[in-house]
Amino acid sequence: MSRAFYWMVLPAFVLFFVFHTVPVLQGVYYSLTDSPGYGEHAFVGLRNYVNLFKDDRILDAYLFTFQFAVVATILTNVIALAIAVGLSARIRFRTALRGIFFIPNVLAILIVGYIFNYLFSNYVPVLLGELAWIGVVVVAVWQAVAFNIIIYLAGLQTIPEDLHEAARIDGAGSWRRFRSVVFPLIAPFFTVNMVLSLKNFLQVFDHIVALTNGGPGTATTSVSLLIYTGGFQGGEYAYQTANAIVYFVVIVLVSIFQLRILQRREQL
Amino acid sequence: MTRVNWWLTGLLAACSLTVLVPLYFTVVTALKSPDQLTGSGLALPSEIRWSNFATAWELTGYPRAALTSALITVSAVLLTLLTNSLVAYAIARNMERRLFKGLYYYFVSALFVPFPIIMLPVVKQTSMLGLDNQAGLILLYVVYGLAFNIFLYVGYIRSIPVSLEEAARVDGAGTWTVFWRVIFPLLAPMNATVGILTFLWAWNDFLLPLVVLSEAQTLPLVQYVFQSQFNTDYTVAFASYLMALAPVLIVYVFAQRWVISGVLRGSVKG
Repeated sequence: MSRAFYWMVLPAFVLFFVFHTVPVLQGVYYSLTDSPGYGEHAFVGLRNYVNLFKDDRILDAYLFTFQFAVVATILTNVIALAIAVGLSARIRFRTALRGIFFIPNVLAILIVGYIFNYLFSNYVPVLLGELAWIGVVVVAVWQAVAFNIIIYLAGLQTIPEDLHEAARIDGAGSWRRFRSVVFPLIAPFFTVNMVLSLKNFLQVFDHIVALTNGGPGTATTSVSLLIYTGGFQGGEYAYQTANAIVYFVVIVLVSIFQLRILQRREQL
Repeated sequence: MTRVNWWLTGLLAACSLTVLVPLYFTVVTALKSPDQLTGSGLALPSEIRWSNFATAWELTGYPRAALTSALITVSAVLLTLLTNSLVAYAIARNMERRLFKGLYYYFVSALFVPFPIIMLPVVKQTSMLGLDNQAGLILLYVVYGLAFNIFLYVGYIRSIPVSLEEAARVDGAGTWTVFWRVIFPLLAPMNATVGILTFLWAWNDFLLPLVVLSEAQTLPLVQYVFQSQFNTDYTVAFASYLMALAPVLIVYVFAQRWVISGVLRGSVKG
């Protein structure tokens, strides 16, 4: 084997280790201290982790984040799948429509959020007030549907046309055809989309900064936002690092759990 | 049998308004004077106020921010294409060796680590190393991109027959030459995908520049910083948003098919 291969990967390994692995390890270390992010700090064992579970702010952030993420994931996938099915039917202007539906994916969420912030405050102020979490869902779904449509379209293209024809000749209505022919065949794409959407939505940050900044009160404070504000501005560097590690474990567990369930469904 | 379903076409066109109306609203609002912001807000401007753009341009330092964004994005894309493909090549051609296989899983497993986990330590690290600037940000995009790009490239490179390389080797080409002369050109479709994904990520990103950059500002960052100053002057704010969105929208209009197929190739692999 040529020695060149080692030289090709060495710099990447070193840089990745320094800028990714080291921060992860540092995070684990700081989570066991009382560091405010500067100056001296002492080792406190698992105290931060114990306190996390007694902290209402943390609990509320997790509740909001999950509520938002679950609702947004379901809505995004239902809408995206419906539009993708429509786009792959016998319609005119398919390319143009597909192009329009994909636009939100190329726009910065933060700026989209500011635009919706203005729209909401002028036309539906309740989406920045009492029902602010729904406002966040609206913007998140508006943006995420774009990407998921494209994946579902790819899935739908893998279905041979004669399968449709066969089902039609058997007299299956369009809902039946979707349920028993189309959906089972694109189930793997459904799994991928559900897992990726949920994982992305659990990390929601930009939308909230632009729409509510976590408010009113702390009603829309997501876990990411709490890590950011508490860690950088609240002098809770070590504490929020512990929160981040718990959050990481939660996201991995949720993704694995979801994969298991959805893959079992696929096989039915 | 190719009967067009006009009813469905109409329905989808109506759905597409949910995308188009907010964009249309952004454009007309950016062109109005504040006293025209009455009623539904959807009316065309009675008199176009170009000065919104001039005001936003000056207030936010648009040319500087746009240049910063462009510099970071273009550098991140170019460096990512040149380096990540090379690393993936070495891994793909040695997957049977434990070291390289381990490296593959090492990079790809980072996909499961959400950014907020490493955010706080990374900020410390970059400021300590003097990387709290554009150069540092570019480096982070290239390094963090490895996780997904290695995954994409390795899958693609393994589908390229080794016999192509062997022919070049017989002619006396070394491993580096083989990569740049034979493999890299064959990666064009995957390079397009990685390039587009990196472009969209670096151009639209908010959190990483927010925490890493100490002075320089990207386009999304500028909107955030000036949000409090826009507060009452919505038309100027919208002119600023529109100018921030315009470059990528214009690129998209011209390269739409290419962008969609590029993103698609990345996601179907993924």
